Amino acid sequence: MSDPTARWQGVNLGIACLALDPAAMGGMWLRARVGPVRDRVENSLKLAFQGLSLRRITPSMPDDALFGGIDLAATLDRGTLVRSMGVLSQPGILLLPMAERVEAGLAARLATTLDARRGLAVIAMDEGAEPGERAPAALTDRLAIHLDLSDHALGDAPELSIDLDALAEARALLPLVRLPAEAIAEITEVAARLGIHSLRAPLQALAVARASAALSGSDIVEEADILTAIELVLVPRATQMPETSEAPQDDTPPPEPENTPDPTETDIDDLTALPPMEILLEAARAMLPPDLLAKLAAGKAVRATSANGSGAKRTGNRRGRPLPPRAGRMGDGARVDLVATLRAAAPWQTIRRNLSGDASKVHVRMSDIRVRRFKETSDRAIIFVVDASGSAAMARLAEAKGAVELLLAEAYSRRDHVALVSFRGDRSDILLPPTRSLVQTKRRLASLAGGGGTPLAAGLRAALELAALAKAKGMTPSIALLTDGRANVDLEGNANRSQAAEDATLMARIIRAQGYPGLVIDTGQRPTRSLDTLARDMGAPYLALPRADSRNLSRAVDAALAS
Amino acid sequence: MKDVMEPGPFPFSAIVGQDEMKRAMILTAIDGGIGGVLVFGDRGTGKSTAVRGLAALLPPIEAVAGCPVNSASLSQVPDWVVLSDDKMVQKATPVIDLPLGATEDRVVGALDIEKALTKGEKAFEPGLLARANRGYLYIDEVNLLDDHLVDLLLDVAQSGLNVVEREGLSIRHPARFVLVGSGNPEEGELRPQLLDRFGLSVEVASPKDIEVRIDVIRRRDAYDRDPVAFCTEWAKSESDLRARIVAARGRLAAVASDDDTLRDCASLCVALGSDGLRGELTLLRAARALAAFEGDTAVTREHLRAVAPSALRHRLRRDPLDEAGSTSRVARVVDEVFG
Repeated sequence: MSDPTARWQGVNLGIACLALDPAAMGGMWLRARVGPVRDRVENSLKLAFQGLSLRRITPSMPDDALFGGIDLAATLDRGTLVRSMGVLSQPGILLLPMAERVEAGLAARLATTLDARRGLAVIAMDEGAEPGERAPAALTDRLAIHLDLSDHALGDAPELSIDLDALAEARALLPLVRLPAEAIAEITEVAARLGIHSLRAPLQALAVARASAALSGSDIVEEADILTAIELVLVPRATQMPETSEAPQDDTPPPEPENTPDPTETDIDDLTALPPMEILLEAARAMLPPDLLAKLAAGKAVRATSANGSGAKRTGNRRGRPLPPRAGRMGDGARVDLVATLRAAAPWQTIRRNLSGDASKVHVRMSDIRVRRFKETSDRAIIFVVDASGSAAMARLAEAKGAVELLLAEAYSRRDHVALVSFRGDRSDILLPPTRSLVQTKRRLASLAGGGGTPLAAGLRAALELAALAKAKGMTPSIALLTDGRANVDLEGNANRSQAAEDATLMARIIRAQGYPGLVIDTGQRPTRSLDTLARDMGAPYLALPRADSRNLSRAVDAALAS
Repeated sequence: MKDVMEPGPFPFSAIVGQDEMKRAMILTAIDGGIGGVLVFGDRGTGKSTAVRGLAALLPPIEAVAGCPVNSASLSQVPDWVVLSDDKMVQKATPVIDLPLGATEDRVVGALDIEKALTKGEKAFEPGLLARANRGYLYIDEVNLLDDHLVDLLLDVAQSGLNVVEREGLSIRHPARFVLVGSGNPEEGELRPQLLDRFGLSVEVASPKDIEVRIDVIRRRDAYDRDPVAFCTEWAKSESDLRARIVAARGRLAAVASDDDTLRDCASLCVALGSDGLRGELTLLRAARALAAFEGDTAVTREHLRAVAPSALRHRLRRDPLDEAGSTSRVARVVDEVFG
């Protein structure tokens, strides 16, 4: 998988396969930042889908544009109900840029539309910069082909060629393509060995294998087609190396055992019965990115975090305390206040009737429309920054974890999201991105490491980044720092006490400047003066809790950050 | 693009495995009073497929033609409905989707914008809740549902009555439906109040056995290739299952449950510390529906044992610091109480 030309060939093949049977495959998930490489792919997509309707939608499009609704301007104009056709109501290919910004609600509705198989396919172009910033899993699960262009260099990515005549021929051949009896078993087993739980993936792989066979002019699916399907559909979804006997290179812990059933145990018999399976697995293993295990261990890269923003979308105009109605547009989920609208239209009726000569109806113009508004406080995101350095680290981490879980258990009514950052040695780790899911928290916080120096500034910086991310998602972040000592590692990772203190102060001042509410909890045996100072720099209350247990901690945080 | 004819959904009886989920759905089809099913689990495990399949499986209902709330007789039609005639029609059991982004107006119904703006008339436009009456209301990704919709649902699911008091309208209509929710617990928890409204809850996981997985893929692929032929092939087992459900509905009233059964239900719930009395009631109703489905005349401990995990696992008081799942807690307590 190291040969860039071969990988680029894979991209080409993926586009051609999708163009053959977009409806069966659901679409493509294209992870790439904007750039010439993506432009090339986009151009060839446009070429490949010639003759099919290719439309561009954006995550921020209002519901009535996507799914159809009342065309208010035309309705008012003609005096009869005029409905607008939604983009999703006709078959075609939808280009969805900025797919990482798609909200859970839209993803769910797109998924339902794709499931109904009305000839729609979505090409989700995901520009996420961080591993955690990605299109919602509800959507990507439905898109057969996953391509990641992030490590394609422009030089290795020549202009893609799409042979339209060959495509047309292959399209005619596709319904005739037969599947050998063992192909289903092979693909299903490879998927299981790669740790793919969803049963959609093998089905999508079958569709891709059929398309690949048709492309090569064959009416039967062959080994090479199955390999193509594995490369395009299964390998990008892999959550484990196909054989666990292969020891990880370094000391990175293996992926969590609970959701990766050990295949060598259960299917040892099949292994001897099906010799080609070994070949397929060998090929799959070669296609896997070499750092898969490290990635999985570092942050469970495949189990994405973006869907955590479930409560994060701002529904501010739909719930909360009502405010007076205001002139506005219909759509965007805003509710029309009909009584206010009619009241606004009332004084003009005589004039409008005289003007139009139609006395039978109420004349309402767009300018009369009044929408409802509600005042709502947005969801809180509490970011715990936990000092995992020194001797008391493990106990403190464990109590912080307990506090996180307790807060989450009670969080529903207040819609709190909780995140956890730990710092030790020379760096900080985001152990838990903002989430509301207790299940996810338990999984991710199963094992924690402690010991080493105290890079307080690095921890605060990670918290700042998380807070900015949470704010972008419409939450109100606040930062709770748990530590017992003074900073002794600076932002560069060097053990330099004075520089470390300076960096920590700087970070604390940035937090105050950003206006994030905070709380500094001193878990040391006796109060530390420097932490008191730091708290003042952060503009946050200082709290000494020498023997903080989970319940005390969650209560203190809750009380201090109550807004 | 290819399919001109609209094929039926994937047949319910052709779903491989997932027996607990299928049983829970069948039980609610036998006794709507059980109060709905919550299906929690990974993606691609056939949650939506089962709900769509169930809709096609259920026997049709008889309803007043043109009635937006599917009234069973003319006397039940709400007074705000203007009927063009009083014929009765056979309708498929309604299964209504409640999409995540739905507005409040679409769910509960609202002033008819068309009539209000064009004619200046005050008329009610029924919402999804009206259409779901006497059928199913399906919410995919229920754990991501907006709070304001959850609030609406809580009240209606409990009372079976949708009350609309807004924009000068004062409307009420029956909204008795079986709530079916599905979701992935990793993406968010469900509010305890809403959890409680679901009678049964099921946890699904994708099958671990390779042979089962291959079977799933094989059937689904066959369906995708030729849905019409696949449905024809399964028509017999579909109609058998339908007949069993109809027969069980008829038997339901005659299924006996003695004091010992009630005592068993109560002691299970006490031992588990489940909140409220809803646990006992659901447990009893589900066990009775299961007895009827299996052709038994009385509820036995076996029936209780079979439905206890579905009926109780979501009613336990949550202890976030307890690592053991609620399913194993229920199983443990059932073993202790029943010996």
